[in-house]
Amino acid sequence: MAHGWEMQHDANVVVIGQDVGANGGVFRATAGLQERFGDDRVQDTPLAEATIAGMSVGMATHGLKPVAEIQFMGFLYPALDQIVNHMSRMRNRTRGRLSCPVVIRMPHGGGIHAPEHHSESTETMLCHIPGIRVVCPSSPVRAYGLLLAAIRDPDPVMFLEPVRLYRAMRQEVNDDGQALPLDVCFILREGCDVTIVTWGAMTIETLRAVAELDKRGISAEVIDLATLSPIDIETILASVAKTGRLVIVHEAARNVGVGAEIAALVAEHSLFDLQSPIRRVAGFDTIMPLFKLEHDYIPGVQRIIDAVELTFAD
Amino acid sequence: MKAVAEFKIHYRQILGPGGELVAPLPTFAQDAAEVLRMYEAMTLVRVFDAKAVNLQRTGQLGTYPSCLGHEAAHVGVGAAMRAEDVLAPVYREFGTQLWRGVTMTEILTYWAGDERGNDFAVPRQDFAWCVPIATQTLHAAGAAMAFKILKEPRCALAYIGDGGTSEGAFYEALNLAGSRALPVVFVIVNNGWAISVPVKAQTAAQTLAQKAVSAGIPGVQVDGNDVFAVRAVVGEALEAARHGGGPSLIEALTYRLSDHTTADDASRYRSAQEVKDAWALEPLIRFRAYLRNAGLWEAAKEKALLDQCASKVDAAVTEYLGKAKPSTDAMFDHLFAALPSQLREQRLVARKYGAKSSGH
Repeated sequence: MAHGWEMQHDANVVVIGQDVGANGGVFRATAGLQERFGDDRVQDTPLAEATIAGMSVGMATHGLKPVAEIQFMGFLYPALDQIVNHMSRMRNRTRGRLSCPVVIRMPHGGGIHAPEHHSESTETMLCHIPGIRVVCPSSPVRAYGLLLAAIRDPDPVMFLEPVRLYRAMRQEVNDDGQALPLDVCFILREGCDVTIVTWGAMTIETLRAVAELDKRGISAEVIDLATLSPIDIETILASVAKTGRLVIVHEAARNVGVGAEIAALVAEHSLFDLQSPIRRVAGFDTIMPLFKLEHDYIPGVQRIIDAVELTFAD
Repeated sequence: MKAVAEFKIHYRQILGPGGELVAPLPTFAQDAAEVLRMYEAMTLVRVFDAKAVNLQRTGQLGTYPSCLGHEAAHVGVGAAMRAEDVLAPVYREFGTQLWRGVTMTEILTYWAGDERGNDFAVPRQDFAWCVPIATQTLHAAGAAMAFKILKEPRCALAYIGDGGTSEGAFYEALNLAGSRALPVVFVIVNNGWAISVPVKAQTAAQTLAQKAVSAGIPGVQVDGNDVFAVRAVVGEALEAARHGGGPSLIEALTYRLSDHTTADDASRYRSAQEVKDAWALEPLIRFRAYLRNAGLWEAAKEKALLDQCASKVDAAVTEYLGKAKPSTDAMFDHLFAALPSQLREQRLVARKYGAKSSGH
């Protein structure tokens, strides 16, 4: 829907990827666009991820705004050379002469019984790259507003779409062309006892855990990080100053995860606001298992509840 | 069994190694002023290149990739392109870039470790130097895709080296360009060596031009030391691409007379005899012989041209050496269109400590 709005209102926006045309994308995100805007502006590419990213660089530096789809995050890696070495640095290395207004969308995370390599959440790899933004919506409404913002942004944006949300969440979305801001967190729920920072599909389990914690008399503030890089640390610090406790929840592996960066920033800026150690609830530092065990890998409601309760026991 | 596909690779040459004509002169080569312009451009880049190597040897320039011996290939390509076309260079094609308007000061600035050298005053839309091998071929294909969608009658041209043809991105770019009939030309400058690895260790293919066959596009080989042949072949490929004829691949055969870069010592891996033999085929000797035979050149003109080139190069070097080191803000100010507030604090740290550094 966001694609359609922006293509209607900006003739330079083009959609490229594998099966995005007649097939409308494996998750139907580009359904109907080729019929509406023609096969110049909605193009199936050859089956090659480096091609998708590399041609996006050339298209973006020469007048277009490509919105590219990588079929699953696990297939992103051939494109990383182009993202790291060119897309992210084009503006900087040419002192602004050329730039890359590109969005690369990709399904993110597990939980839908997909085959191997279809359930990855490796956002940390992207967050480490200077010169790009990494965005991950937590609901259809946020996906619409943040995708519009990403397409309108003059710099590259990696747009991670949690697959569990494609399936699990139905929401009325107003197709009004209103973008949401990038580079800021969203407070999903206010609370006064503990701050929980999370993003993407993990907002589902987190909000369930918070409802349970409510019954136990613990009032949690839930922050949807939304833009994973750069991190809006101000909002998080303000919340921690109020609650004195921080739990970070993400699906990706814990080791050097985005949660580690948030924990470090809070420790650097607000250690003395904390009444207990920071806790992380994350995927294990293992390979994302095939789907028999995927729900044992993805942090569940109980793990979140236990981690929050630990911050009161400390 | 019947053959279901066959291919041939043609080889083009106009000027033989002694400057003799082995094929009819193309139209552009019948214009004496234009021919002299090409000779002067080749001489200028030869003089510039020697100066740049010298600057590096004396600690006044960073690592520099010499283009010695590539003058015909590079100037031939530059002269065949139109101003509105877009070049995706590798990192050695200074002859093309100077022809297109990049300045010697900009070249030196970049190779002295300063991004300002990439901010070409002209041509604004050309890509900057591309160190990650073969990645630029996809940028050229993408730019060509933009020209096609936006209905602009422009072409992109990507260079690649012989070693670069082993990279996946090269095949992906040929494949994309062929499958969408994009207005792009790929020029392989086959100079025999990818640092220390000779072409025969890259591939069992008889020519690099035939790699076009797998993408369903035309491939042709050209004498890369023959500026007339290079300009003719590239010009034809660009005109075809500009008028909907799709992409093509050109392999220009030349020789890297220099080390790979100033950080390399080619005597470790190739014989002095091989280099000596290559010098006999280098592009300026034959071009000069042709000009003399055509009554267009003499010793006095050569001396005047060399003096003129030396003063142009000296002026550029003076301008380059006079450039102040960029401020530490330069690391931050072009990272994004607007610096995210998260990075402002780091910009302040860089300012505080950067002021104390000596610049090295």
